[in-house]
Amino acid sequence: MAAYLFIESRDPFDSNDCAQLWSLASSLAKNGDTVTLFLVQNGVLPARKSAKSDALSALAKDGVEVLADEFSLRERGIAELVSGVKKAPLDVVVDHMEAGRKTVWH
Amino acid sequence: MAKKILTLLLMDAPYESSRTTTAFRLIDIATKRGHDVKVFAYEGAVALTFAKQAPHGNAVHGRDVAQEDHPNPKDWVAALMEQATSSGGKLEWTNCGLCVDERGVGEAIPGVGRGSPVDAWKAAEASDNSLLIPTR
Repeated sequence: MAAYLFIESRDPFDSNDCAQLWSLASSLAKNGDTVTLFLVQNGVLPARKSAKSDALSALAKDGVEVLADEFSLRERGIAELVSGVKKAPLDVVVDHMEAGRKTVWH
Repeated sequence: MAKKILTLLLMDAPYESSRTTTAFRLIDIATKRGHDVKVFAYEGAVALTFAKQAPHGNAVHGRDVAQEDHPNPKDWVAALMEQATSSGGKLEWTNCGLCVDERGVGEAIPGVGRGSPVDAWKAAEASDNSLLIPTR
């Protein structure tokens, strides 16, 4: 099976196509692929409890590893994360690139 | 971790997007690990290394040029190149020549090359992994 890293930089309240990426991540994970969704910049906004955050928790239940860039979180004053989302350094992206994961920026 | 070759493709013009900051952060991490990083800059991103970028003061806040210490991306790129070298790797930066000519930003800082989109393809072919950071 393949391993993917999706980097989500967009705010889902601003970009409806975030849901398309989340859906793709979910489908791949359910298919048995290894999938990480790394939230960065305004992509971390739904990691705070909001109308869009349940979708991230659902992704985690589907088997997607959902990480949020700790620097982006600090910039936006987000300390508490919804269930299923974990803080991580940006180094994770380089870790996965080193490991040869298919890496896609959105 | 063995040395890797990583390619990043950048599109955003300077002073406009958080994507540039994130890209620089990624280059910072990769070069500190001693990896070789290839950057192919195209569209507005070719201005990131424009040598004539100039700092400015801030009259509203009453600060002169030195006090304002306005950051210019060309200096960050130069610093990343130095860091790569001191960490045992290299940062190879290539600007799309067509994009450079369109924008009149041909005077780049030392160490920056000029190429065509085929160089982006060649860089990706020669790399262990690639990441395209597009504009919206």
